[in-house]
Amino acid sequence: MPKFQARVLISLRSSVLDPAGEAARAAANRLGVKGIEKLRIGKSVDLSIEAPTESEARSRLELLSDRLLANPVIENWSLDIQPSNTSKEG
Amino acid sequence: MAIGVVVFPGSNCDRDVRWASEGCLGIPTRFLWHETRDLSGLDAIVLPGGFSYGDYLRCGAIARFAPVLESLIEFIDQGRKVLGICNGFQVLTELGILPGALTRNQDLNFICKSVQLNVVSGRTSWIKGHQSGDLISLPIAHGEGRYQCSNETLQMLQDEDSIVLRYKNNPNGSVGDIAGITNTAGNVLGLMPHPERACDPIIGGIDGRGILQALLD
Repeated sequence: MPKFQARVLISLRSSVLDPAGEAARAAANRLGVKGIEKLRIGKSVDLSIEAPTESEARSRLELLSDRLLANPVIENWSLDIQPSNTSKEG
Repeated sequence: MAIGVVVFPGSNCDRDVRWASEGCLGIPTRFLWHETRDLSGLDAIVLPGGFSYGDYLRCGAIARFAPVLESLIEFIDQGRKVLGICNGFQVLTELGILPGALTRNQDLNFICKSVQLNVVSGRTSWIKGHQSGDLISLPIAHGEGRYQCSNETLQMLQDEDSIVLRYKNNPNGSVGDIAGITNTAGNVLGLMPHPERACDPIIGGIDGRGILQALLD
């Protein structure tokens, strides 16, 4: 069965205040890093999945992202998926 | 007449609810382990506060898949009463039974204090003994209690008179000062304040009694 590597990136919708991001932005300023205009914190989820085809893997991970990993009321998500090449390296 | 209190791994207000419902108000109360599906003999159910499943991923996100909640959805569809307090409110929004979501407090603090609340809706009988316009005082204790929803959802909540409690002085940045809402049918209430911690005068007030008593109305 083919294997795929995937990464789901989850970010707060732009209309939702991100106080943790704002706190980190203030800290960036105190560190002396100037010019940071926007800093928003999200989540990254790495997955590996076995599925007969890439499109089947994608459709399973889309369901997972939409129903569990992200809450679409407040968050957006994006999915990156590629065939796994671990076999070459053993 | 009896109520059930769901116990998730990580719930920490389950016994507080039972202490208030049974000890202060004389309501027979049974604990419901999260793996049960048996809700027989119960007239109402409370989802208590705490940190269900460690609040991993998002508050309430994993609790949403507990077996007991499959039975809870049928229970709600039958028009029976469900009260979600704090983490229980978060679970109800994750389930989609109540609209919106609860996110990190605006100032990032975990806030633990008594707050004043305006009773907004008189449409349902959830705040027994109080009418729209009354001011009550209840404790809050949360880090992620900022109610968030779209403008359309806020409008819907207002139009159908589903906002039950608003903060007098918004402590966490909630949209519309919202502290508690019901579903459209009115049989499900979710709120961030803890009524079970305000049922005995010796610990500071009894404004929470009416909400627990309303479970059996």
